[in-house]
Amino acid sequence: MRELSLHILDLLQNSLEAGANRLELEIIEDTKQNLLTITVADNGRGMDAETLRRVSDPFFTTRTTRQVGLGIPLFKAAAQRCGGDLVITSQPGTGTRVVATFQWDHIDRAPLGDLPSTLLSVLLARPDCEVRYRHRVDGREFAFDTQEIRQALGEVPLTHPQVRAWLEDYLRQGYAELYHASEDGQG
Amino acid sequence: MPKIKSLEELRKLREQVQSEITTRTETGTTIIIGMGTCGIAAGARETMRAILEELHKRNIEAHVATVGCIGMCAREPLVDIEQAGKPRITYGNITAHKVPRLIEEHLINGHVIEEWTVGRLAQQ
Repeated sequence: MRELSLHILDLLQNSLEAGANRLELEIIEDTKQNLLTITVADNGRGMDAETLRRVSDPFFTTRTTRQVGLGIPLFKAAAQRCGGDLVITSQPGTGTRVVATFQWDHIDRAPLGDLPSTLLSVLLARPDCEVRYRHRVDGREFAFDTQEIRQALGEVPLTHPQVRAWLEDYLRQGYAELYHASEDGQG
Repeated sequence: MPKIKSLEELRKLREQVQSEITTRTETGTTIIIGMGTCGIAAGARETMRAILEELHKRNIEAHVATVGCIGMCAREPLVDIEQAGKPRITYGNITAHKVPRLIEEHLINGHVIEEWTVGRLAQQ
């Protein structure tokens, strides 16, 4: 896939399919250590050791609509191509955590891309699911938490057209701000 | 932490829309986009983005939802349009550039674009 945020969307969709109602996405870009770390954690049904062993096999899938599952193998290949790796830990009944690492400046590393759209896709998939997103680029950080949003909104749903537009703007601004040249010293 | 837009705006928005939400959630239009691995790889996220943009541009208030893989992977991106009192129409291969025509013909003119459909579901 052309953007890492598309792989992230795929992982988050997996979490939803696994019945999760709490998703956490953490992205840490540390240019000094030349490391990009993407973590997706959920409280879905989790996997046993046997399933976990087979999940990187493209000819394994739990879905019934088709016989191949390319999501994880593709993401793993992308990480390994960039001097990194993808590690999954999971506990049945507790949840799953996927950690992907990349050499930050590797020539083959795809850009993160349109991460706000990825998050919006997930918010529109299961509006009752809690989503927490934290993104750090060296000293800068942007954090987003649906619990906070819900508190401000009360009974108005996240999917309301006007709220949806607000969320999109909010995510886009926060994300863009992470990469602004810092003129104000320490934020 | 950058808080350029503040949650205070959201509280104001809440008061604004509170009065009308019941009618809006129960009637009107819902657009559903398939977002499994197959959909994502075929450009479904960009399709979603184009749909949101087009709705905004034309000032149409519709609900937008995403779902996982429904099994017609070869026809992704799949977009369903559901309108009160009408059958639910499934459109296939809706890449972002087809979105303006889709919104114009289906939502504004009320015509189904037959050559793009892959199925329809009678109203329940």
